[in-house]
Formats: sequence, structure tokens, C-alpha cells
Amino acid sequence: MREIDVAEIRDAVARLAIDACYHLGDDVVGFFERAVDEEESEAGRDVFQQLLENAAVARTENLPLCQDTGLAVVFLEVGQDVHFVGGDLGSAIDEGVRRGYADGFLRKSSVTAPFTERKNTGDNTPAVLHTSIVPGDRVKITLAPKGGGAENMSALSMLKPSQGRPGVVDFVVDTVAKAGPNACPPMVVGVGVGSTFEGAALLAKHSLMREVGSSNPEPRLAELEDELERRCNDLGIGPQGLGGRITVMDVFVEDAPAHIASLPVAVNIQCHSARHKQVVI
Amino acid sequence: MNKNVTTPLTDDVIADLRAGDRVCITGTILAARDAAHKRLAELVEKGEPLPVDVAGQIIYYAGPTPARPGRPIGSVGPTTSGRMDVYTPALLDMGLKGMIGKGYRNQAVKDAIVRNRAVYFAAVGGAAALIAQRVEAARVIAYEDLGPEAIREMRVVDFPVIVVNDIHGGDLYEQGRLQFEREVGS
Repeated sequence: MREIDVAEIRDAVARLAIDACYHLGDDVVGFFERAVDEEESEAGRDVFQQLLENAAVARTENLPLCQDTGLAVVFLEVGQDVHFVGGDLGSAIDEGVRRGYADGFLRKSSVTAPFTERKNTGDNTPAVLHTSIVPGDRVKITLAPKGGGAENMSALSMLKPSQGRPGVVDFVVDTVAKAGPNACPPMVVGVGVGSTFEGAALLAKHSLMREVGSSNPEPRLAELEDELERRCNDLGIGPQGLGGRITVMDVFVEDAPAHIASLPVAVNIQCHSARHKQVVI
Repeated sequence: MNKNVTTPLTDDVIADLRAGDRVCITGTILAARDAAHKRLAELVEKGEPLPVDVAGQIIYYAGPTPARPGRPIGSVGPTTSGRMDVYTPALLDMGLKGMIGKGYRNQAVKDAIVRNRAVYFAAVGGAAALIAQRVEAARVIAYEDLGPEAIREMRVVDFPVIVVNDIHGGDLYEQGRLQFEREVGS
């Protein structure tokens, strides 16, 4: 049994929130650097140029890459030999979000009573927390600030099993087509297939934690990812929806066993400000 | 075409703007988003005066991050415009001349743009730190209680945008996609 003080988790969450919002990952920056030459559309190349400058300004001036610093989505993998001490783990994670969003001058975008008063909580809490128990005595924290524009264009469908692979492809491509310029392309598209209603959505969200340019190690999923990427780019939406060859940076697919009656498909859209940072304690 | 414009936008300048033109805006603009638009719409419905005169103005759909001490504003990129569609025709009919955001507008807004000789620009979504460098001054002028959603007045210099919907019926999102779309299997 290993003891971990929740204060350590709290401080890590605060650091991750700031780091994610200021420092665009090397995978995304590298994509922009290639795309600024490869995109055929002049307006599209101009977008990539501005996004590269934006990432540089954010990094050097300590400014958020995007004004939408999101809700704080936290994936917590807890080793089963860990014993948390020093207080309540959930409260510590919210306190980490509170401190990170205050100290980092990040925007507070969380409102209570979402279909009535919509009152801002003022500190961007609560975190959206997904916890899993794994072997070992370590804790892995992944924090992803998730903006509203792309999240709003995400969708889930309970397909009929007879629709099979073509049904999955059509639903993903249709969702990306509808998202268009609203979701700040070039997008990253996270797809969860199978499991249950909420399980598919969680698979889709979790897939967005992968690095741009990575492929699923399972060939049948990697092959589906490649086809979806081609089909999405053939839409012609392009950077910022101004027309162009590059509509998506990547498509990630994860699947899980489904009920004999079901074929759930969740499509979680991520804007180009694909921010997530991770630490292992 | 690359163009430079200063605010307030005149009818002559607006008539010359075409979908796809890259424009640098200098001058004073307003910033407002969802919650502020809801309040403005409620006042319009009741026939009461607005806290800010929108006639001749440009509204930037944006809610910035908090400014660091000594800075005029935090990061301030565009938010998705479509959420403001329900409130927008009424504001255009009151003389609003321009909007800056990102994403599709509905047909009612496009019709109101033509009817009122106005223009819809897109800024690069997610380029918020870069856009902040083009803001010289900013202050809250209404609804301070809304925090990031308060109405702000901003002085911008060479704010880079692109014309999406013009008074001639041009729509860059439609035109751009048609130019690059590929049929399945081609």
C-alpha cells in the first residue's frame, strides 16, 4: 500500500490545467508545420500560419491558446495499491481546477442550472471526472480542457446492428459535415463504437487523449481510422471551414463489446486546439 | 482581395466587401456573446432602450479570458456565431452593421444582412492569443455581472478577419467547400 496525499493531486491538477491551456502539444504543432505547406487552399494555409503564430505567442507570453479554456475533463487512473490521505479526493481535484483556472488567468465557463438561470460558478468547477482502477501503486492524471464549440457538434446514435461498418462510416462523416466551420477545423475526431449509450461516449472522449498521427494498434480499427480520415477530408470543409483539403487532423476509433441488440456510435469532435496534458504520480 | 477598413463601417465600404475578402479592421468594436444577447433581446421585445447603441456598430462574438495585470485583455478569439442567430435579425434591423465570429449563420440572418446592408466576418477560431495582440484597449460597458459574457468596447488595430456573408448573397463557407469537395470514390 502506498499513501498519496490528495494535496499532491490537487497541485498536479492545477499545473496541468495551466500547462494544457498555454502549451500546444508537439504533435499538433508538428501537424500545423507540415500543413502550412501541404494545404492547397490559400485561405487554409493562412489559417495554419496564424495558428502557428498563435501557439508561439501563447507559449512566450503565457496566454491561453484559446479564450475557451473549457470545462476541465480529468481522467484519473488509480492504482489499486494506492491509499489517498489528507482529505477527499474529489474535492481536491475541484480545488486543483479552482486554483489552476484562477492562477493561470483562464476563463471560467461553467454554469449551474443549465436550462434555466445558467449562473456562472465563478471558478470553473466542477471537474468532469472519469476514474478507473488499475493494477499498481501509481496515479495517472490526464487533464483535457474541453471547449464548447466542438463539443456542441458532437453526436451519438444507436444504430441497428444490421447497419454495420457502412452505417458507422456514414454517421461519422455526416457528423463531421454538419460540424463544418462551427467546430474550428481542422478537427480531431474521436469515435467510440459499441458498449452502451454512455460507454460509447466515454470511449470517444478517451480516444481524444491520443497523439495526433498515432494509429490504433488493432489493424481493423487502424484501417477504419484511415478510411474515415480520407472521407472527412474529401468533404472539402478545410481549415476553419473556408474550403480546403485538410478538414481533420486525425480520426481515432476505439471499440468495445456491445449488446446483441445494439450498435452505439459516439462521435466526439475536438477543435484544433487539441489540449491534453498528463502526469504520473 | 486584401482590404483595410476602419470603424464605423459605411454603406459604401460594406457594398465593396465580397465573400472571401481578407480584411484588417481598425477602430472601436463591441464584444458580446450568448448571455448578453439574451438580455438585449428581452429589452428589444419589451420596447425598452438598450444599454448600448448598436446602430453602426460591429459586434464581435467573444468572451475573453481574464486580463493579466497591465494588459488590456486576455485571449480573445471568436465563439460560434450560430447561437446568436435567434437574436441577430432584430439587432440588424436596429442598425447593427457588422458581426465577427465563426461558423454558419441561418437563412434569417443572411436575409437580414442583405436587407440592412451589413456584413458577417469570420476570425480564426482558436487564434485567441494572437488576436489579443491586436487589442489596444478594452473596457466593460454593460452587464459586468456576466463576467466573461459582459458587453465590452474594444479598440482594435489591424484585426484580421475574412468576409463570409456579404450584401450580394455571397457565402464563403458554401463557395469554399464546393471548390474542394470530392465525390466518394473519386
